[in-house]
Order: sequence, then C-alpha cells, then structure tokens
Amino acid sequence: MAIITMREALNQALREEMQRDPEVFIMGEDIGVFEGSYKVTAGLLREFGEKRVIDTPIVEEFIVGAGIGAAMMGLRPVVEIMTINFILLAMDQVVNHAAKIPYMFGGTVRVPLTIRTPGGGGQQLTAQHSQNLEALFAHVPGLKVVAPALPGDAKGMLKAAIRDDNPVLFIENISMYNTRGEVPEGEYLVPLDRAEVKRAGSDITLVGHSKGTLLALDAARRLAEEDGIEAEVVDLRSLRPLDRETIIASVKKTSRAVLVEEGWPTYGVSAEVSASIMEGAFDYLDAPVRRVGGKEVPMPYSKPLENAVIPRVDEVLATVRSLFKR
Amino acid sequence: MVGTAKSLDQIATLEAVDARLLVQLHDQMLLIRRFEEKVNEMYTRAKIGGYCHLNIGEEGAIVGSMSALGEADYIFAGYREHGHALARGLDPKGIMAELFGKATGVSRGRGGSMHLFDAGRRFMGGYAIVGGHLPIAVGAAMAIRYREGSEAVATYLGEGATNAGAFHESLNVAKLWRLPIIFIVLNNQYEMGTPVAKTSAVPEQYKKGATYGMHGEQVDGMDVLAVREATLAALRRAREDEDPSILELVAYRFRGHSVIDPARYRTEEELRSWLARDPIESFRQKLSAAGLLTEDHIEAAEQRIGQQVAEAVAFAEASPFPDPSTLFDYLYVGEGGR
Repeated sequence: MAIITMREALNQALREEMQRDPEVFIMGEDIGVFEGSYKVTAGLLREFGEKRVIDTPIVEEFIVGAGIGAAMMGLRPVVEIMTINFILLAMDQVVNHAAKIPYMFGGTVRVPLTIRTPGGGGQQLTAQHSQNLEALFAHVPGLKVVAPALPGDAKGMLKAAIRDDNPVLFIENISMYNTRGEVPEGEYLVPLDRAEVKRAGSDITLVGHSKGTLLALDAARRLAEEDGIEAEVVDLRSLRPLDRETIIASVKKTSRAVLVEEGWPTYGVSAEVSASIMEGAFDYLDAPVRRVGGKEVPMPYSKPLENAVIPRVDEVLATVRSLFKR
Repeated sequence: MVGTAKSLDQIATLEAVDARLLVQLHDQMLLIRRFEEKVNEMYTRAKIGGYCHLNIGEEGAIVGSMSALGEADYIFAGYREHGHALARGLDPKGIMAELFGKATGVSRGRGGSMHLFDAGRRFMGGYAIVGGHLPIAVGAAMAIRYREGSEAVATYLGEGATNAGAFHESLNVAKLWRLPIIFIVLNNQYEMGTPVAKTSAVPEQYKKGATYGMHGEQVDGMDVLAVREATLAALRRAREDEDPSILELVAYRFRGHSVIDPARYRTEEELRSWLARDPIESFRQKLSAAGLLTEDHIEAAEQRIGQQVAEAVAFAEASPFPDPSTLFDYLYVGEGGR
C-alpha cells in the first residue's frame, strides 16, 4: 500500500470522485488557480476545467448556500471553506439551512453537500485562525460531522462523504496535511458512522479524533515502552453520528478512559464522549474519566504561549499515569 | 407568449387580449385572498399554530410574477409564501394540512406555514431566515447552468432582506457568473413593524442591483399585469441574455406582519389609501369595464373557490397528525444517521 500524505490522500479522493461522477464539482476561495490555501486541490483545475473547479469571491455564506442549492438540484458539490474559522460567516447556511432542509420539508428533498474545512492551531496564526470548532457543528442534528486522523481514513471518508445523500462537514487539520500514512489506491470507502480501534490495549482507553488521535497514538506507544501500560486507542473518526458502541465496548474492557482533543474541552467533543461513557459504562470504571484538551483562551501569537495552549503528549502521559497511582 | 396587456390601464384598448388568461389571473388572486382569510380564521380557532404570515394585499404581485414562470422554472420564497404556493398550483388541501400540522401536509407536518415545499412543481421552499435562501437560489441557478438547462430561478424576498449580507453576496455572484435568476423583491413597506424608510439607506429596492451592474426595475405590485410583463421580460433576459435582474414589486400587506399583529405602527389613512388600490378589486373593475369579466363569473368563482377552501379545511381536519414514532424520519437519508 502506498504511503502518502494527508494532503495527497484528500487530493486523490477528490480527483477519483470527480472522475467517477460528472455531477461532482468543487467550489471555494482560491481552490483553482491558486490550488487551495493548503494545496489540497492541486492539479484539479488543469484536469477538470473551470466548470467543475470554481473559484469564488470571499463569500463564505454564499459558498455554503450555493452548495446547498446545487445539492438540492441533485448535483454533488464539494465546497471548501479555507479554514474552519471562516465557516462562522456561513453558520446560518450550515445550521439553519443544510441541517434543516431535508427534515423541515418532510424528506422530499436531499442536500448531498460536502463541506471541507481545516481547523487546528500550531502555526502562529493567532486567535482568528487557530480554532477547533467541530463541537459547534457536531451539536446539530441533521448534519454529519467527520474528522479523520489518518490519511487512509481521510481518503475513504471523503469519498464516502461525497457519495452520501446528507450534508457532511468534513474537518481537516492544518497541522496534519503533511502527516503520512498508508492509503489504498483506487476505490476505497470508509463508513461515516464508525469509530475504529487504532491500537488494541487492555489497561486504559484513549479516545480522540483528528489531532487528538495522533496524540493518543503517540502517548500509547510511550506508555507501553516506559510504563508497561497497554493503552487502547479509539479514533472517533465521526463526531455525528457518534459511535458510542465502540467507545463503551473499549471502556468496558479497560475500565479507564482519557479523552484527548485539540479543541476546548468545555462543552467539547470530549464532554460528549465522557457523558456517553457515564451512561454506558459507569459500572465498569475504576477511575474517573479524564480529559486533555486545548487551554481555554483565544490562541495567542507568541510561540511559547501558543505551545502552552495546544495539548501535548506529555500532558496525556501525565494524565494517564495519574490514574494508575494508587 | 400570452397576455399582451402591459398594465391595467391598457386593458380597455387592447387589440387582442387573451381573455382566458386574464380571468385565470383574477381567479388565482381570489383563491389566495379567500384561502388566507380562512387561514386567519383557522388560526384564531387554534387550528393553526406558530407564526403565520398572510399574503392578503399582495395577490397582484404574487400572481402577476408567478404566472410568468414556466413549469420547468424553480421558485424559492420567504416565509410569507402561502400565496406563492397556491399560485404555483400546489393543492390547497396539502397546504392547509401543513398549516394544521398534519401528516398529509406538503412537508408532512414538519414545516408548517413558513416551510411549504413541492419538489414536483419545483417550488423549492419557503425559508424563514431573512435573506438566507438567496445564496441557495443562486446555487440552484448554478446547477441549471452546470447542466446547460434552459430553466430559470425566481427567488422572492421582502424588502427587509435587501439589507442583509447574503443578499449582496448573492447579487454579486449572480451577475458575475451571469446566472439565470431573477430576484423578486416584494416590497410591502414594512420590515415587521419598521417602515422601509427607516431600514434602507436607498428605499427604492430596485436600485440595489446597480452596484452589481444588474438590471433593476420598479413595478406597481398592485397591478397584476404590469408585474407579469416585467417578470416575463426579466425571464427573457435571464434565459436568453444570461442576465439576472432585480424586480421591485411595490405592494402592501393589508394585514399585520403575522396574524396576531394588530399593525399599530401604521396609520388608518395609509391603510385606506392602499386598500383603495386592492389588486383584486381594481383588476375586476378594469376587466368588467372591458367586458371581460361578468358578475356571473365572479359569483361562480367565489362559489367554486369557497368550496375549494372549505374542502382544504375539511381535508386538513380529517387528516391524521404525524405519529410521534415518526419523529426521526427524514432527519437523514439512508442508514447510520442518528
């Protein structure tokens, strides 16, 4: 299997879906000539032309809204919002329209729209360009929200999102475009509603998504080497729907859980996962569920301050180790 | 193309009038009027809940523009859209059932007054976030272009929506990409209770296309034929010249913002002056004077429409409410949604 970057995996998914289905088109700011702020759409304008690779003005509300309209007409738009911070300008379209239209019109119309957008910090891009806002959207029924961590899942889930008949918010991470991983060539689909155990273990469950999963995997390796603790890593992959079964099955096995996310934990993804564990595995717990997340401030510019905000593997290690002290 | 009457004033002097069309326009306006009066009554009897906005007074603007659209064209509307749905030929029974919250409603009881929909008639919905549907309508026009179709999109909005960002984003791109769409601003003078002069730096709505080089036109929204002509011309521009337009239909809602609004923010004189220009009454007078409409027809139409509206109410009454066991239906298509 080829080892390629997250960026290449996403590009492959877009290219393959556009080759497969002439009703798939992509639209966004600087995705054509400029090839995308993070170059995910590189080469697509050359291959598919201006009809199917559409550069827009800087109009996020319009981009998402027009994607909804085209999707209601049966096309399969994939719109790119340059970073998740800008999607707040399109909040009305995502929450009040995409998530509502199929339901409020009694199931008589579909919105097969995919919205791609990266979140995350670590590039000194500061307060307005460094957020993880997926919890805002995962809160909303009617949307599917996915945030894969590994390039193979990213390819399979983006292809599945484009083929899905529902609006899907596909969340990437600006610090992860160069991460490498195994990616199957050609047709490869990953379901949008299943978490996956990325590393089996018997002592504790680490739950993450996107960058949180990478931190968890890193922590699990070190715990095995340094502490003899075998951590099981559950990669959520999908935030809505949330695969509670896989989380609960793992916690029932390990009796401990640490939840890792890059974003703010308060009302965050880890808050929901924690509640799910309480509801489904309370009797199995040997220790309180603990969370590691981003510090709850607007992202500062100065590098030492930024580093202090973003969760690090040593924080995950310390949190896990605290649960084994008796 | 039928109907060469350019405005009410010209009816009497027309050389060739499609009398059948004129009578149809009259009857459609009447259906909206009587339907909305019944809706008002049903609301006061608590058969209808939530927000409920009536089109009474706006029948000329609605029927004039809707009658110009072809069967293949697409319509997007705001939340005051019962009349648009009726003019598009949606069954009054399905609309009334929706207002009653019944399973047989056009949106299966999930939408209500503000969210009527009919994919088959290309009535792409009523939307209740002011201006929020405009980018979606432009997206539909993009899809037409993508498939090299010859249809057009008509999207309705109130004058209150023209100050919102989504309006400007939509006009800009519609013109930039020369999409087959017309923006129909039904200016009924009030944004809820606030008059247009207090909300819009440029109160003439049609001028708001100028920034984007878009053809704009103001039309007397109480004159069903003038509206129809302007809409036909706008559709021709959209289809043949790939040139979107903004039409401002100047009208007035005779009732409050919603059925529970007593409309104390406007004067009796103002209301009276608009009532004197009632789009149905003035059209009747012109048609009657031209010998195109008889008292007998009016009486028969009243009776037929009264019957139709009564049947819609009976249907809505007799229909079942959606079963709570179906609560999660339609949230997602396919498996794995919850």
